[in-house]
Amino acid sequence: MATTTASPPKGGFGYRHPRARLAALLAAPMAWLVVVYLGSLAALFLTAFWTVDGFTGALVRTFTLENFVDVFTTPAYLQTMLRTLGIAISVTLLCLLIGVPVAFFMARVARPRWQPLLVALILTPLWASYLVKVYAWRAMLSPEQGVLAWFLAPLGLDSPGFGELSIIVTLTYLWLPYMILPVYAGFTRVPNSMLDASADLGAKGWRTFRSVIVPIIFPTMVAGSIFTFSLSLGDYITAQIVGGKVIMLGNVVQQNYVTNLPFAAAFATIPVIIVLLYLAAVRRTGALDNL
Amino acid sequence: MLAPFSGVLRTVSERGHVSTAIRLTNLRKEFGDVVAVDSVDLDVADGEFLTLLGPSGSGKTTVLRMIAGFEQPTSGTIELAGVDVTQVPPYSRDVNTVFQDYALFPHMDVLSNVEYGLKVKKVSKAERRQRAEEALAAVRLEDYGARKPSQLSGGQRQRVALARALVNRPRVLLLDEPLGALDLKLREQMQVELKELQRAVGITFVFVTHDQEEALTMSDRIAVFDAGRIAQIGTPVEIYEHPKTPFVAGFVGVSNLLEAGVAASLLGREGLWSVRPEKIRVLLGTASPEGSERAAAGVIREVVYVGMSTRFIVDLDAGATLIAVQQNSHATSSELGAMRGQRVTLMWNTEHEIPVG
Ligand SMILES: Nc1ncnc2c1ncn2[C@@H]1O[C@H](COP(=O)(O)OP(=O)(O)O)[C@@H](O)[C@H]1O
Ligand SMILES: [Mg+2]
Repeated sequence: MATTTASPPKGGFGYRHPRARLAALLAAPMAWLVVVYLGSLAALFLTAFWTVDGFTGALVRTFTLENFVDVFTTPAYLQTMLRTLGIAISVTLLCLLIGVPVAFFMARVARPRWQPLLVALILTPLWASYLVKVYAWRAMLSPEQGVLAWFLAPLGLDSPGFGELSIIVTLTYLWLPYMILPVYAGFTRVPNSMLDASADLGAKGWRTFRSVIVPIIFPTMVAGSIFTFSLSLGDYITAQIVGGKVIMLGNVVQQNYVTNLPFAAAFATIPVIIVLLYLAAVRRTGALDNL
Repeated sequence: MLAPFSGVLRTVSERGHVSTAIRLTNLRKEFGDVVAVDSVDLDVADGEFLTLLGPSGSGKTTVLRMIAGFEQPTSGTIELAGVDVTQVPPYSRDVNTVFQDYALFPHMDVLSNVEYGLKVKKVSKAERRQRAEEALAAVRLEDYGARKPSQLSGGQRQRVALARALVNRPRVLLLDEPLGALDLKLREQMQVELKELQRAVGITFVFVTHDQEEALTMSDRIAVFDAGRIAQIGTPVEIYEHPKTPFVAGFVGVSNLLEAGVAASLLGREGLWSVRPEKIRVLLGTASPEGSERAAAGVIREVVYVGMSTRFIVDLDAGATLIAVQQNSHATSSELGAMRGQRVTLMWNTEHEIPVG
C-alpha cells in the first residue's frame, strides 16, 4: 500500500509525491484490469437482468428478475447447480486428501536436493494441453476397454464408466497441482525449530502434525482449495468428455448462450457468487495473503 | 523481581536428590565430513548452571540438540539422571529447551503456547490453566496470555519461551543463546533475571552462549568449546584466572600472550604465558620492581578511552605487545590523550603470570 509518511525532499516529483508515483506506475495495469476483467463481469451481470424476445430472438433490454426466477424454480437447473457444487466440493476434498500428504512428503521427507525435481514433476502436467489430459482420462476410464477396466477386470470389477465419479476423478487429477504447490510452499516455510519445539514439549509425530503443522499451513490449504473449488465450479469440458449424460453448471451456460444469452448470463453469475461467498468466508483465515 | 514459583520448587524437592543430572560420555557427532562434536565428556550436577561457551561453529548447539534428542550422536552416550537416554526420542526426555529463535507457535496465543506441553501430557484443564498462569506470572507476563506471539517484543517472546519450557517442570532446561537477539540493556537485565529464576526453581540449566561476559557472570561452571572439543571446564574464576590453553586465554577476556622467546627473556620462564590486562599497572617513565613484582619497559602505541576505564596498548622493548586496563578514577581524557608515544613501565605481580601451554 501507498504510505502517506512524509519523506525528506529528494528532488523529483515522484519522490515528493509517492502517491502520484504509485498511480503512474499502476495506471496501465489497473486500466486493463478494470476494463477487461471487471468490465466483462459487469456486462455479464447486466445481461443477466435482460430477456430475449420469444419470437424474434432479439435482446430485450429491460430490467427483469425472470432469469433468476427460472434458475431457482426449475428442478433440473437446481439439481445441476447442486450437483456441480457437490462435484466441486468432492474434488476439493480429494485434492486436500491427496495433495497435503504429497506436499508434506516433498517438503519434509524427501531429501532437499530432490525437491526441485519433485516440484518440476508436479508442474509437468500443467504444461500439457488440457484436452489431451481429459481425453487421456477418457481412455483410462472407458468402460470395458479402458485401462482402468483392464486393471480391475481380474478382480471382477469394471471402470465406474462415464458419469459423476469420472468427472470427479478427472477434475481431481487436473487441479491437484494447484493444491500441492501452495501447500508445499507452506510446508517449506514451517521452521524446523517449530517441530523440534513440539517434540521437546512431549508431542509425538502425529500430534505435532495435527496441532502445529496443519494449523500453520491451513491458510495455504485454503488457498489451494480456492483454486480447485473455483476451477471445478466453472468447468464444463470435462463433463462433456468423461461425464456421459451428466451435465454441470457450465454445460447449461454453454447450451444457452447462443439462444438465450441473458439466461446463460444469469446461470453463469451463480458460480461467481458462490466463489465470492467462499472467498468472503475464508478471508478471515488469512489465506488470501498466501495466494 | 521474580514472583514466587512454588509449583516448580515443589517438584524439584519431591524428586529427591540426584547428584548428576546429565552425563555425556565420549560424545561425538559427524555431519558428513564435518566433525561437529568430538570426544566430549561432561558431568552436569543437579541444580547447576552450566554454560557452554565458544565461538560460532564450535559445536555448542549440536551438544545441546543431542541432549534434547533432536540429533543422534554418531557415538557416545547421554545419561539423564543416571538413565541412558541415547536412544530415547525427544518427546520422552525429561528435558525442555528454550530455542534461539524462541520457536513459539504463531497460531496459538501466549497462554496456549505455555499450556501446550501440559495439554500434550493430558494434564487436566484446570491444573493446566493454573500452572500456565503461574509460569507466566513467574516471567512477569501474566497480562499477556491472550496475545499472539507476533504482538510481543523480542524480550517478551523470550520470556514466553522460558515460561513454556518451565511450566513442564523439567529436570533440565536447555537454553541456546536465549539472549542473543536482545539489545544490550535488555540482555543484561535478563541475565540477572534468568540467574535468579534458576536459583529459585533449582532446575539444572545448560546455557549456550558465545558471549564470554555473559558466561562469566551467570554460570556456576563454564565449559569452553573449541572446534567441537571441550578446551577447559571450570568455575568462572578458574576459567578466567587460570586458562589452560592459549585458546581459552584468548577467548575468555583479553589474552595478552607472551610467546616463548619473550617469556624467556622477560620472565625467565619456559613456555607460553599470559597476564590479564587489569592486573597490569602503567607507570610513566622508568620504575623498578619491588618484591614479587615484574617490570617491563615499553612505549604506549595507543590509548583507548572506554568510559569507566582506559585501555593502553603497549609495545614492549622485549618484543611483545600487551594491553593494560586502568580505572579512570583520577585521569582526565586530555591527560590520557597526551600519553600516546610516551615511554612507560608496566608492572604486575608475578603471581598473575599464567602458564597457558
Ligand atoms: N545439520 C547440520 N548439517 C551439517 N552440518 C552441521 C549441522 N549442524 C551443525 N553443523 C556443523 O557443525 C559444526 C558445529 O555447529 P554448531 O553446533 O551449530 O555450532 P555452534 O552452536 O557452536 O555455533 C559447524 O561446523 C556446523 O556447520
Ligand atoms: Mg549455535
